[in-house]
Amino acid sequence: MVETGVSSDLLRWIPALPLLGALVHGVGLGLLRREMPRGLVVAISCGAPIAAFAVTCLALAQILGSAGESRVLVDEVFTWIGAGRVSAEMGFSFDPLAAIMCLIVTGVGSLIHIYSIGYMDDDHRDDGGFQRFFAYLNLFLCAMLLLVLGDNLLVLFLGWEGVGLCSYLLIGFWYGDRWNAYCGMKAFVVNRIGDFGFLVGIFLLLGSLGDAATLNFVELKAALPKIVEQTISVPAWLPGPESWRLTTLIGLCFFLGACGKSAQIPLYTWLPDAMAGPTPVSALIHAATMVTAGVYMVCRMSFLYVEAPGASAVIAWTGAATALFAATMAIAQTDIKKVLAYSTISQLGYMFLAAGCGAYGAAIFHVGTHAFFKALLFLGSGAVIMAMHHEQNIDKMGGLRMRLPVTHGVFLVAVLAIAGFPPFSGFFSKDEILLSAYAADQIPGHQWLWAIGLVTAAITAFYMWRLHFRTFFGDCRADPESQRHIHEVGWVVLGPLVVLAAFSFGAGFLGLPQIYGDWLGVPDSNALANFLHGVLPHPEHEIAHATELGLAGLAIGAATLGTLVAAWMYLWSPAVPARIRAALGGVARLVENKYYVDELYDALIVHPLVAVSDKLLFRVVDAGLIDGLGANGSARAVRGLAAHVFKYGQSGLTQGYLITMVVGTLAIVVWMLR
Amino acid sequence: MSAPAVFFYAFGAAAVLSALSMVLHLRNTVAAAMSLVVTMISLAVVYVVLDAHLVAALQIMVYAGAIVVVFLFVVMLLNLRHDVFAQRRERLVKLAGVVLALGAAFAFLQLVPNSLPTVQEIPADFGSYAAVGRALYRDFVLPFEISSLLLLAAIVGAVVLAKRRLS
Amino acid sequence: MEIPLEHVIGLSALLFAIGTVGALTRRNLIVILMSIELMLNAANLAFVGFARAWNSVDGHIFVLMVIVVAAAEVAVGLGIVIALFRNRESVNVEDVSLLRW
Repeated sequence: MVETGVSSDLLRWIPALPLLGALVHGVGLGLLRREMPRGLVVAISCGAPIAAFAVTCLALAQILGSAGESRVLVDEVFTWIGAGRVSAEMGFSFDPLAAIMCLIVTGVGSLIHIYSIGYMDDDHRDDGGFQRFFAYLNLFLCAMLLLVLGDNLLVLFLGWEGVGLCSYLLIGFWYGDRWNAYCGMKAFVVNRIGDFGFLVGIFLLLGSLGDAATLNFVELKAALPKIVEQTISVPAWLPGPESWRLTTLIGLCFFLGACGKSAQIPLYTWLPDAMAGPTPVSALIHAATMVTAGVYMVCRMSFLYVEAPGASAVIAWTGAATALFAATMAIAQTDIKKVLAYSTISQLGYMFLAAGCGAYGAAIFHVGTHAFFKALLFLGSGAVIMAMHHEQNIDKMGGLRMRLPVTHGVFLVAVLAIAGFPPFSGFFSKDEILLSAYAADQIPGHQWLWAIGLVTAAITAFYMWRLHFRTFFGDCRADPESQRHIHEVGWVVLGPLVVLAAFSFGAGFLGLPQIYGDWLGVPDSNALANFLHGVLPHPEHEIAHATELGLAGLAIGAATLGTLVAAWMYLWSPAVPARIRAALGGVARLVENKYYVDELYDALIVHPLVAVSDKLLFRVVDAGLIDGLGANGSARAVRGLAAHVFKYGQSGLTQGYLITMVVGTLAIVVWMLR
Repeated sequence: MSAPAVFFYAFGAAAVLSALSMVLHLRNTVAAAMSLVVTMISLAVVYVVLDAHLVAALQIMVYAGAIVVVFLFVVMLLNLRHDVFAQRRERLVKLAGVVLALGAAFAFLQLVPNSLPTVQEIPADFGSYAAVGRALYRDFVLPFEISSLLLLAAIVGAVVLAKRRLS
Repeated sequence: MEIPLEHVIGLSALLFAIGTVGALTRRNLIVILMSIELMLNAANLAFVGFARAWNSVDGHIFVLMVIVVAAAEVAVGLGIVIALFRNRESVNVEDVSLLRW
C-alpha cells in the first residue's frame, strides 16, 4: 500500500452517514412492519446527507489549506478482499476531483432530500412507501459517495453497482404500475451490458499488469508505463490495424461501462424510460449525480486515457454524436420529463466530448454546472407536475407564468443556464468544452466535433425554450376543472429550487476562464482548473485570445438563434409548428418516435434473445435436458429399475434377508483376513 | 493335561453338543430352551478357565438366570410347548447350505490361524472383579452409563409391544 | 497357559456356526431368537479369548456390553413375538411376509 496523502478518519463518515440512515429506515421497516413517524423519517434521512455535506466541507477545508502531496486525504478502513497478489482495501481518498464530486453529490443530494419531503408527502401506500423512498435515497447517496471516494477500482465498482441497484429500485418505486417496473428492469439490464465491459476492463488491467497487479488508482498510475507498450492482435475480420494498443482496449472496455451508466450511444435507451420514477429521483440520480458517474470514472482513469488516443477519440466522437442525436430527439417530445431526459443525455455527450478531447477539467466543470441546472430543471418540472396534479404533458400546460411565479422564475434561470447565455453557469462550462474540442488537434476531425457541439448548442437552446414557452407562456391548455386547482407548491419544495437557482447562475464563476478574469481584474480566475491541477491531465493548447472570444461569440450566437426560432415558433406564430410538422411528414414522425431506436433494439436484439432463451435455452436446454433428462430422467430410471428389477429382492422372507447378510458378512471377513 | 485344560475341552464339548441339541430339537421348544441353559452354563465354566471371572458370573446370572427364563415364560405364555410347523426343505437349498458351510469352514481354517496374535503373559489378577471393575468405572464409564439408557428403552419398548390393547 | 488361542476361537466359531444354522433353518421365531443368543455368546467367547491373548480387559468390557444388548434385544424381540402371536395366532416367520412386492 502506498501512502499518498494525509491520513484522516473523517472520510469514512461521508458514505457511512447516509448508510446509517438507510439502515435505520430499512431495518426499522423490516422489523416494525410499519412506517415510523414521518417527522422521524425526515429528520434521519435529511439529516444524514446534510451531515455528510458538513463532513465533506470539513475535509475540503483541510485540503484547501495545504498544497502538493498533502492535498489528498486518505482513509484505509479495512482490507476488503485479500487474494494473493491483489488486495482491495475498503479505502477512500479525497483528492480535488473526489472533493468536487462529493460536494455536488452531498450538496445537491441534501437539497433534493428536502425537496422530496414535499414531493412524496402524498404517498400513503401501506407498504411504507414514504420511508422506503428515503431509505433508497440514502442508500443511493452512500453508494454514490463510495463511487467517488473509493481509492481503488473495486470500491468504485461497488459504488457503481450500488447506484445501479438504487436506480432500479427507485425507477420502479411505484411498482403498482407494470410499466414502471418494466422501466426499472430495462435500466438495470442495459446497465449490465455496460458493467460487463467495465469488469472486463478491470480484469484486463489486472491480468496485463502481472506481478504489479493492483487496483489502487495511485499504484495503477505508477504501474501503467509497464503496459503502455503492450499491444494485442485483433481478429483479421475486424477493420483497422492488425494490433491494438492494450491501453486502448482497456480504455474502450471502461468506456463501455461509462456508456451504460452515463447513457451514451448505444446504451442510452434506458434513461428516457427511467423517468418513470418519482421526479426527485430523476433529478438526483438520472440527471445530477449517477449518470455523471461514467464521466467521473473516465476522468479518474484519465492517466490511462492519456495513453490511449484511440479510445479517447472514440469517446469524443461518441459524446459528440450522442449530444447531437439526443438533442434532436428532445425537440419533439411532449412529456416534460422526457424532454429533460434527452437533454440530460445530450449534456452528458458534451461531457464525454470534453473528456475525449483531453479536457477532463472541462468535463468535471460541466458535471458540476449541469448538476445544478439540470437538478433545478427537474425539480422545477416536479413542482409544475405537482401543481398540475401529476400531469406531465406540456400540450396540456401553458400560461403557468402567472400562477406559478416562483417556479417560473427559477425555471427561467435554469433554461438560461443550459442554453448557454452568459453569465449563467452553463455558458462557461459549455464554452470550455467547445474550446477544447476546437483545439484538440490530436483527435481526427476535431473541427467537426466543434461544429457538432455548436449545432447541438443551438438545438439545446431551441428545445429548452420550446419547453419553457409551452409550459409557462400562452394560454393554459388544461381543462377548466383542473385549471382551478393549479397553485404554487409549498416552500419546502421551493426552497431547494431557489438555492439551486443561485448556483445555476453563479457556479460558472468558479471556472471563469482567465480571459474574462483579466477583464474583471481577477488573477487566477479559473479556480476550478487550478484546484484540479495535478489531479487531472491538462490539455496544452495555446489559443489566441481573439479566437477564444470569437468561439464564445459563435456559441452565444448559436444559443440566440435557437432561442429566436423557439420564440418565433411557440410565442409569436403558434401555427408554425403544425405547418412545419406537416411539411416534414416522415421526418417529423421519425423524430417524434425517437428514430425508432427502441423498436430497432427490440427487433434486432431483444426479440431474438427472448426467442432463443424461450425456445432453445428454456424449452430445450432447461426443460428438456436439465429437467427432463437430468433430474426427472435419472429419477425415472431409478424408479424403473426399482419397479422391474430390484423389487424381486424384497421377498418378505426374514430368513432370506438373513442369509444374504450372512453371505455378505462372510465375504467381508474373508476379504479382511486375506 | 492339566485340570483347567480338561475343564475347557470337556465343557467346550458340552456347549457344542447342547447347542446342537437346541437347534435340532424340532418339536419341543421347551427342550430347546433347556439345551440353551446347558450351553450357557458350560460357557461360564469355559470363561472361568480363561480367567474371565466376572464375565462367568454375569453369564450365569444374566443369560442362564434371566434371558432363558424369559424365553421359557414366553413359550409357556403362548402355549407353544410343541412346535407344530412342518419343516419344509428343498434339496437345492440344502445343497447350497452345505456348500456354503464347507466353503466358510475352509476359508476359516485357511485364514484364521495365520492372523491370530501371539499370546502375551498375563498378570495374576487378570479378569478379576477388581481389574474389570477398574476398567469399567474409569475408562468405560460413559458407555456403561449409556447402556443403562439402552436398557430403559428396551423396557419401555417391551411393555409397549406386549401390552394388551385396550379396546 | 496350556489352552491355545486357536482352540478357543475354534470353539467360538463352531458355536457361531451352529447358531447361524439355527437362525437360518428354524421357522419358530422364538428358536430363531435363541439361536441369535447363541451367536452372541460365541462372539463373547471370542472376545474373552482375545482379551486373554492381548492381556487387556477391554474385551471383558465388550462382553458386558454385548450382554446388555442381548438382554435388551430379547426383551424387545419377545415383545414383538407376543404382539405378533396376538395378531396372527402364529410365531412362524414364513407367515410374516406381508412386506413384499
